[in-house]
Amino acid sequence: MKRFSGWTLASPATLLVVVFLVLPVVATIITTFGTAGGPLAPYLGFFGSGFRRTVLWRTVQVSFIVTAIAVIIGFITAFVISRSPGWLKSILIIAAVFPLLTGVVVRSFAWLIILGKNGILNSVLLSAGLIGEPLTMLYTQGAVIVAMVYLFVPLMILTLVGVLEGIPQDLIQASASLGAKPSATFTQVILPLAVPGLIVGAVLVFTGSFTSYATPQLLGGEQVMMMGTLMYQQAMVTFDWVAASTIAAVMVVITIAIVLAMTRIARRLNPMAV
Amino acid sequence: MTQKIHPALIGFTVVVFFFLVGPLIIVVGSALSDTTYLTFPPQGLSLRWFANIFEISAFRRTILTSLQIAFLSTFIALLLGIPAAYALNRYRIQLPGWLATLFVLPVLVPELVLGFSLLKNVAVQFNTPIFLTLVFGHSLLVLPYVVRVISASLASFDFSIEEAAISLGSPPLRTFFTILLPNVRSGVIAAFILAFITSINDVSISIFLTGPGISTLPIQLLAHMEQFFDPTVASVSVLLMALTVGVMAIVERTLGLTFLAK
Repeated sequence: MKRFSGWTLASPATLLVVVFLVLPVVATIITTFGTAGGPLAPYLGFFGSGFRRTVLWRTVQVSFIVTAIAVIIGFITAFVISRSPGWLKSILIIAAVFPLLTGVVVRSFAWLIILGKNGILNSVLLSAGLIGEPLTMLYTQGAVIVAMVYLFVPLMILTLVGVLEGIPQDLIQASASLGAKPSATFTQVILPLAVPGLIVGAVLVFTGSFTSYATPQLLGGEQVMMMGTLMYQQAMVTFDWVAASTIAAVMVVITIAIVLAMTRIARRLNPMAV
Repeated sequence: MTQKIHPALIGFTVVVFFFLVGPLIIVVGSALSDTTYLTFPPQGLSLRWFANIFEISAFRRTILTSLQIAFLSTFIALLLGIPAAYALNRYRIQLPGWLATLFVLPVLVPELVLGFSLLKNVAVQFNTPIFLTLVFGHSLLVLPYVVRVISASLASFDFSIEEAAISLGSPPLRTFFTILLPNVRSGVIAAFILAFITSINDVSISIFLTGPGISTLPIQLLAHMEQFFDPTVASVSVLLMALTVGVMAIVERTLGLTFLAK
């Protein structure tokens, strides 16, 4: 009797990805090597420009800081959630999922209200007498970092709650019954077992920050230009599509390099995989 | 499992959740303000900024466009993603290993790059209609969610039930609709919802594919914010949050929210 083969079923989705993602993205990258000035001219232009190097360096820096903060906050919070009684755990997970499902524009907008010149934080600080005049908090690197941490902490929490819940209880009990102090159990049993999950979460946060657009656009503006906002500006404001494609290629290469390197490290560090 | 946790850690967690939920409460509060500028706590309670959303034609239009794109792209992603997830699970040996990787590419490749490439190498190159390009871009964006969620539900599906139906003479399509689909129903609902909400909220792909003629709601919100600082954006945000609440209620009913923590 006639049955669908695996390929017949998988080919429409495969076609969609190849035609609308693989080919267009590869074409974008290829065009950066075929310009009039020589095969590497756009890249020499990119890395030769002090401004663009600054943007790249700032993006790396911001993404790194955001990742570090999100890892610390996410890990501690996920640890407490995984040890909470059932009803509380559900409430805390809901409170973490809700921001995650709320769009990036809404979540960045919230920080626009908080950090603005006449924003909530300034009026609180003013009325408390802590500052004499409103601080400029918007359009600074700090504003972008705070909003991005806000964006990515829920993702980190949810990734790590799953990981921490998956750690077999026997191991923790065995460690305790063999005389390990809770702190030793934490650093020598729980933490090593959570490392692969921490790395997965960190990769998600780093690549998400590195390629973000809406948050740096709203809270950083022209003053805190990042790779995403620079790429948009080159593509849609100055219409320099070669420069935009070059930034796109740099973003793709860095993102994929980080994902591959970190998944390899995560696999090697996983004590359960031995 | 309940164990003693250091009080400092509990205090820290309380602060984190205040940080997570606080800004959203501020948005809701600002939306209810009776003032013409954004302020919190709200001064005077009013729903007039909600009414204002529908008085601005750009918002009416983009809400409609966003809903159309979300429905269409989710539908396409389900139509293509369900068979693909089935094939990946049922014919794992027959299919090459890179195929599963191909279906996660849309999350691996930066969305901005995808959006720009669709503009440059599809919309401009082949002069395809912007609306259609947006629909395909969003279908790609949500395809990984569909494949992943359906694969997760298929992991617990006993394929011998399907074998039984087929050996008793049930044609393949009928087997699919009467045996397989009912068994992964909750997965389909979850996939639909995750895909829908991802599409509705998307900025990075849409930003390149919208213009004066056609735009989506998040892009219109960004444009509005650049010109006005009134509570309209806050009230649209509240509508979007209401949608999120609805979505979470459905996920909770079908799968349990802990599903999302996997």
